[in-house]
Amino acid sequence: VTRALLIATLVVAGIAACKRHDPPERSFVTTSDESRDQAQRLRAGPGSPDSIRLVRSLPERNPLAGDRHAIQEGRRLYRWMNCIGCHAEGGGSIGPPLWDDEWRYGARGQDIAESILHGRPDGMPAYEGHLPEDQLWKIVAYVQSMAPRGGYYNHGVR
Amino acid sequence: MRLVRSESKSRCRHQANGANLRWAPLSCALAAMLLASAGCKDRLPEEDPRFPLDMAKLVEKSDERGDAREDAAQTRARPAAAAFESSDGDWTTALKDFAGTRYSSLDEIHIGNVSGLSLAWSHDFGLARGQDATPIVVDGTMYVVTSFPNRLYAFDLARPGTVRWVFEPNPERAAQGVACCDHVNRGAAYANGRVIFATLDAHAVAVDATSGTEVWRTRLGDIGRGETMTMAPLVVGSRVFFGNSGAEFGVRGWLKALDVASGAVEWTAYSTGPDSDVLIGASFRPFYEKDRGRDLGVASWPAGQWKIGGGTVWGWLTYDPESDLLYHGTANAAPWNPESRPGDNKWAATLFARRPSTGEAIWAYQWDPHNVFSWDGVNESTLVDLPHEGTMRRALVRAERNGFVYTIDRLSGEVLDATRYVHTTAVKDVDRSTGQPIRDLKHMPGYEKAGRGICPAVAGAKNREPTAFSPRTGYLYIPANNICMDVEGTEVNHIAGTPYLGANVKMYAGPGGFLGEMIAWDPVARKRVWSQTERFVTWGGALVTGGDLLFYGTMDRHFKALDARTGRALWQFETKTGIIAPPISYRGPDGRQYVAVLSGPGGWAGSVVSARLDPRDQTGARGFSNAMADLPAHTGRGGHLYVFRLP
Repeated sequence: VTRALLIATLVVAGIAACKRHDPPERSFVTTSDESRDQAQRLRAGPGSPDSIRLVRSLPERNPLAGDRHAIQEGRRLYRWMNCIGCHAEGGGSIGPPLWDDEWRYGARGQDIAESILHGRPDGMPAYEGHLPEDQLWKIVAYVQSMAPRGGYYNHGVR
Repeated sequence: MRLVRSESKSRCRHQANGANLRWAPLSCALAAMLLASAGCKDRLPEEDPRFPLDMAKLVEKSDERGDAREDAAQTRARPAAAAFESSDGDWTTALKDFAGTRYSSLDEIHIGNVSGLSLAWSHDFGLARGQDATPIVVDGTMYVVTSFPNRLYAFDLARPGTVRWVFEPNPERAAQGVACCDHVNRGAAYANGRVIFATLDAHAVAVDATSGTEVWRTRLGDIGRGETMTMAPLVVGSRVFFGNSGAEFGVRGWLKALDVASGAVEWTAYSTGPDSDVLIGASFRPFYEKDRGRDLGVASWPAGQWKIGGGTVWGWLTYDPESDLLYHGTANAAPWNPESRPGDNKWAATLFARRPSTGEAIWAYQWDPHNVFSWDGVNESTLVDLPHEGTMRRALVRAERNGFVYTIDRLSGEVLDATRYVHTTAVKDVDRSTGQPIRDLKHMPGYEKAGRGICPAVAGAKNREPTAFSPRTGYLYIPANNICMDVEGTEVNHIAGTPYLGANVKMYAGPGGFLGEMIAWDPVARKRVWSQTERFVTWGGALVTGGDLLFYGTMDRHFKALDARTGRALWQFETKTGIIAPPISYRGPDGRQYVAVLSGPGGWAGSVVSARLDPRDQTGARGFSNAMADLPAHTGRGGHLYVFRLP
């Protein structure tokens, strides 16, 4: 019950912080005023792994893991939120690959969600306030589904 | 000692197929002779009638550059006067001199004895990412900037291999997440007892050359917007020039002049926006009609997009003291998808000539309006004087990303010539009267519409690996790439601090199946003289010397010396890791000639190794993973410094 309440709180907070739930169809953002640009700006990841705060508030399991609709939506959001710019289709580019067995910060749904929400010190930005929790879990579901032979299968928790 | 080994045979076959047919038998004979006579240093190479080699002159170490200046025949290119201002024993700036020649007149090591070249000392930096820096050498000390965390090493050349001090700038870790192309740095500049360099988190730092302590530090950019700094700065007089990186993140490009003494910013010239920001004023005289008009840096973009339009200034700078003009290019427009930014997108993909004291633009030439294939324009402009239609012209030559060598009047910005130097499909020619590229429209990519077989690929026929120019041969040595691509545009959001691309790219080898090539280019005859193909992209830059040796490193771990006149391979050394950095040559405190280079694969082309990317993703590293999928079989990670001399 406590966990459900926490999730509900987070979802509400997430929705409140993010004005746009669904990205409009095929429109390019033409940032013409600075304030809008600032609103679109992400924080850098935490200065050190110790400063990660919310680790215990997210469920270990991705509530949407394996959900085909969620994975489809996650694929779209993965592009929309520019995850693809750094991680490509999963083979990596500026950021590390997501297909291999190496998960610096853990392979559980919770760990991946943490990385997206709060960032990581070597450059993963924090999407907190830009992504409602359902969208966060959809992206996690997609990331978990994309690996052709991911190490996370061995961890027992998805 | 290492010799050419088994490859000499295949090379001879290669040459026999090329333009050097006449010389191939001689070359092979010589290679065989060299193989047979290991250690026989005094044997003279064969005479090539086109390049009489005066051995007496080599021995007495006369000033070859002076001779080149007085070359009465005027049938070949010669370096601009700017090349003659550097001290030849040292290597004080990344491109060697203001003219950008990367030519060292040192000739103790020459084509007759290079087979004996051997390792003098080396250093292991203990870093996994790409080492892109040009070492600089000043007064018996060598300074090297590493990849992130951008340590500055001072090596004592009087005690080879000894580290005098190491300076740790401690850049912010998060900068690594907004660096488009690995965590590289291209090296330092030197001025008045200070070593000045950029950190990945967009700071300029000056360090006392003797003590290794910080003198000043200036924050120039914001990593939260995706701004990083990787370039080697250039010092002209009391000023040092820095530009930003990050066009792949939709940052707005700029070049800044800092006071060498204090680090204070004296002026900023933006690459987009109103004329007042671009420093376009009363002195601005572009040669072409298309580059004239008011506030084109605003008007040539959809509303407001110039603020996130790219055109960063992360490449090489050259300077002509005779005309007091500073030359710099600007990078690609952002985002990559051209459909989302109708217009010429000024001043991305542009060459600028500026007054270094004020930054004001004197002329500009946008060589790639609208930047359809996202080619970047930061390659070096090498300043040479050459005969053109009967008169000597003060020119600059640029091996541009689109596969054309541009010869441009460096006073006016007029394109004197543009000739292709590699296989191209995307651009057919350059219109000399308008300066416009003539594109092949069937290759135009669009929104969810793939353009296929586009050559050169987005990484260009030549990337930032610098060319070298020899006054002895008159040739420009171009480390070229033979890469093509498929690309489709996608929709893209601008979220500051994340990539702003909107394109799916897959790169692959062009015709012939090889990825790289070293080309000796005659800028007067406007043709190839010889070329040497390479398995991987030639990502390391060229050095040419007074001993007529061309040095460069390859990503598959070979550091090579070729005969600069014929392309014949004379010597190579197997390094521990692949090379993406340009070599240098200097005279040590012992009076001997040395050649130095960093190894450490990485950068955009090598991130499949340095960042351990999964090459099964064809779009990884913005399409480079696909072309370089085999690289991990040829090199591991790791950064080293190698220094060579004759025994």
